[in-house]
Amino acid sequence: MASKDVAHAARFLDYAPAPESTSVLHLKKSYGLFIDGDFVDGHGTPFSTISPATEKKIAEIATATPGDVDKAVAAARRAYDKTWSKMSGADRGKYLFRIARLVQERARELAVAETLDNGKPIKESRDVDVPLVAAWFFYYAGWADKLSYAGLGSDPRALGVAAQVIPWNFPLLMLAWKIAPALAAGNTVVIKPAETTSLSALIFAEILQQADLPKGVVNIVTGAGETGAALVRHDDVNKVAFTGSTAVGREIAKAVAGTGKKVTLELGGKAANIVFDDAPLDQAIEGIVTGIFFNQGHVCCAGSRLLVQENVHDEIVEKLKTRLATLRMGDPLDKNTDIGAINSQEQLDRIRSLSDIGESEGAERWTAPCEIPKNGFWFAPTIFTGVQASSTIAREEIFGPVLSVLTFRTPAEAITKANNTPFGLSAGIWSDKGSKILAVADKLRAGVIWANTFNRFDPASPFGGYKESGYGSEGGRQGLQAYLKGGVA
Amino acid sequence: MNRLAIPKTYKLAIGGAFPRSESGRTYEVTTPKGAFLANAALASRKDARDAVVAARAAQSGWAGATAYNRGQVLYRIAELLEGRRDQFVEELRLSEGASAAAAAKQVDAAIDAWVWYAGWTDKFSQVAGSGNPVAGPYFNLSVPEPTGVVAAIAPQGVAGGSLLGVVNVVAPILVAGNTVVVIADEKRPLSAISLAEVFATSDVPGGVVNVLTGSPAEMAPWLASHADVNALDLAGAGALEWIDLEIAAADTLKRVLAPEAGIPDPSLHRILAFTETKTIWHTKALI
Repeated sequence: MASKDVAHAARFLDYAPAPESTSVLHLKKSYGLFIDGDFVDGHGTPFSTISPATEKKIAEIATATPGDVDKAVAAARRAYDKTWSKMSGADRGKYLFRIARLVQERARELAVAETLDNGKPIKESRDVDVPLVAAWFFYYAGWADKLSYAGLGSDPRALGVAAQVIPWNFPLLMLAWKIAPALAAGNTVVIKPAETTSLSALIFAEILQQADLPKGVVNIVTGAGETGAALVRHDDVNKVAFTGSTAVGREIAKAVAGTGKKVTLELGGKAANIVFDDAPLDQAIEGIVTGIFFNQGHVCCAGSRLLVQENVHDEIVEKLKTRLATLRMGDPLDKNTDIGAINSQEQLDRIRSLSDIGESEGAERWTAPCEIPKNGFWFAPTIFTGVQASSTIAREEIFGPVLSVLTFRTPAEAITKANNTPFGLSAGIWSDKGSKILAVADKLRAGVIWANTFNRFDPASPFGGYKESGYGSEGGRQGLQAYLKGGVA
Repeated sequence: MNRLAIPKTYKLAIGGAFPRSESGRTYEVTTPKGAFLANAALASRKDARDAVVAARAAQSGWAGATAYNRGQVLYRIAELLEGRRDQFVEELRLSEGASAAAAAKQVDAAIDAWVWYAGWTDKFSQVAGSGNPVAGPYFNLSVPEPTGVVAAIAPQGVAGGSLLGVVNVVAPILVAGNTVVVIADEKRPLSAISLAEVFATSDVPGGVVNVLTGSPAEMAPWLASHADVNALDLAGAGALEWIDLEIAAADTLKRVLAPEAGIPDPSLHRILAFTETKTIWHTKALI
């Protein structure tokens, strides 16, 4: 598309602002830790959580010290010993159903809070994150009284206290992925949200109070990396579940070595999204966009390496640029926004630095024509073409709206290139030929394969990585097993 | 007149061949009472790395074989082991100082374990996999797949276990399509090497099982930190600094199975410990 046409398209799409109202929120000025059923003060230095779209302060958040973590673990242990492990599965399930319903009732509030705190577009928090949160609790609620069907013998047992540390990209959804199966299996929980996105977890704590969940069954400790480290290293936790970077995942694996703690790690990725020349190209373009620009590319399973069959490379890149020129970046609370804010200055710096490296290593950079808002953290959708398999931007996880385009000629070459990474979380395949899709899917070393779609999630569908993308599954019966040990009555 | 017997040279098993240690080192293997039995190869770091290369080269082929085919190959191991039953009984009698009855019991258990695991190759996916009812127009299926290359330390010095220990560690690793580098019982490695001869004549592709003899304490750290090893089975590592091995394995996020006291029982758990779950979403047309 000529630049004049791009400009015309941009004008054509010049919508009036349609911001979602924040009046649905009832935020407090400051939030404590949620321990043993109550909000309590933390003993560390509190920190501010800001909106990445405006850099304005939203609220003050407590920092949990190792002593606070200790109290939270003790509360979880008491709740496990005295209440939760003695309750029938049916009753545990009823609490989870209650939580699912309360999430649905307060869905708009949660979506607005999430978007405000995280920077993701409201249409994503409203239509993806929060509905999936409710679905996750609903799904696992039904498992609570059916554990003997989980595939671990006739009398599987809970592990005890689960220590859970979650990332900032899907704050409430990751909380649901962690808490729902843990509670269904009969464990109690201490969870630490990411430092930049604690808000929705703290609203969720209010939901737990409304659900009248027995005190101590879920404890929420906020803070930075040190808080998380104290939690996963705590002697009295039986399970560690972490979603985040591979670097931190390695540290956790080392810290728990020899302890016998059961571990689930959902780490980084550098997914190949493979487009064959017989793919429905217009659908593939939408899938490529969903694959890497959904949630500003802050997705561990993002399709960040586009592998295009050589003969359709130019056509796809052109179509992609045209499509990206129509994406609307800006106020995440605006219902028309496609691309929100980058979650933090730190992440923005990383995306910028890796993109600069991509350029300096010889790849050709193209940036979507977007107006960058004055305040906040923003990075316009960016494509690199002419990327070599050895390029830094083809190897390292950028965790931002940056797509590296590579080419291949044969399915075998596509498979080799796709697997040429220490990661193995996800992959995409686009082709109209089912037999080719299945053959390629067989050979890809990744835990989730999307064929003619991308970035789909469902509580019934296991999700987890191969190789250095971590181990253990979340979702489905497999995700339930991660919180159980086998046993025979 | 007594015929003069021909003793066997016990070597390593790497990539379908039986090389000596590249280091040229050997160590003396004796009966419990100290009588000389053989000079076994004292495998080196380089041998361990060569074994990983062989295991990696064989992995996609073994995983790509049909489950039916893998089952027949594992069953074939049982057949050939049965045929060489007397040899293994004799070897165990000498190397473990076991009674003929105890040695026979161990060999029989080893044969039966191969039969049991052979039957799992085309069933564990049905038991551990799932068709997932997602909320949308998608065909969604989860299947367990092999983790890749597994390094294993066979039980060390367990009474009645120098053969069965290797079998009950190696067999479950093979079921899903992994390949393995296994360190045999250090003091009693002979039957593990004889077992490798059974593999070599049982249609087990070269490189699928690689057997190292020598010091687990020397070799295990190299395998634990090797970037092309995907999982570490510490079954027989209880007497080693195994927590350090687990820490070394964390650098490449290997799956680690903790040490076991004694010989691991045959179990589905051990098969699934070396699998990954792959979930495939495929769109359905809206018609």
